[in-house]
Amino acid sequence: MSSTYTEVYPARFENLDRVRDFVAELAEKCGLEPAAVYAVQLAVDEAFTNIIEHAYGGESEEKIECMCQIEKDALVITLRDCGKPFDPSAVPEPDFEADLEEREVGGLGLYFIHQLMDDVQFIFVDQPETGKTCNLLRMVKRKEK
Amino acid sequence: MDITTTQYKHSDLVKVNGRIDSATAPQLAKALDDITNAGRYRIILDLEEVEFMSSAGLRVLIGTQKTCKRYNRGEVILASVPKRIYDALELAGFVPLFRFFDNVLDAVGSI
Repeated sequence: MSSTYTEVYPARFENLDRVRDFVAELAEKCGLEPAAVYAVQLAVDEAFTNIIEHAYGGESEEKIECMCQIEKDALVITLRDCGKPFDPSAVPEPDFEADLEEREVGGLGLYFIHQLMDDVQFIFVDQPETGKTCNLLRMVKRKEK
Repeated sequence: MDITTTQYKHSDLVKVNGRIDSATAPQLAKALDDITNAGRYRIILDLEEVEFMSSAGLRVLIGTQKTCKRYNRGEVILASVPKRIYDALELAGFVPLFRFFDNVLDAVGSI
């Protein structure tokens, strides 16, 4: 048995507070530990920011849908946008050995998402009615055994 | 997010309250740029009251550290860093790039 909750936000940074609060409430309801709740908030913040910056090329009135499923042993979060298709393999991993001057912060958000969540999948979905392709980012945080 | 800055003789103390994310990070960047643009490069950042920080905040920290450390003219020191914020700095590999102090007094004294 699982319950599903969905919210839709315009692609604006001011909505980061709302989406973080939304997922935190459900992560708590799901029974995740406080550190895991924070990890979920951070991962969702990074993903939401990436969608605004990369899929939509900046803030806009385009929509980002956040769907949360509370399952027996995990919280499953799916973010959906219909911006530019996102190819995660095109993002280089951060270079942790670089000197301060060469240190880049691009790609850190995606790296955080992979480190903080237990399972991360990028899925492209064709929308025949609009001719657009939408991006789904599915992230799973499991409860500690 | 709220930012309070205090200018000392040898350093500037910047205290941040609240959440640092992509919406608020530009405000923090502006506060830090105002200090470095005035030719002051020894900055203590008090993070005790920071509840949340994303990579947008980390980007501001690293950018300011680059500016301050250039020509050996100063540095950004981090004080009273909450565990979750420290964990994010660690995950980003930024811990070796900053000096950390448990409280502001020790940080100010170290400059």
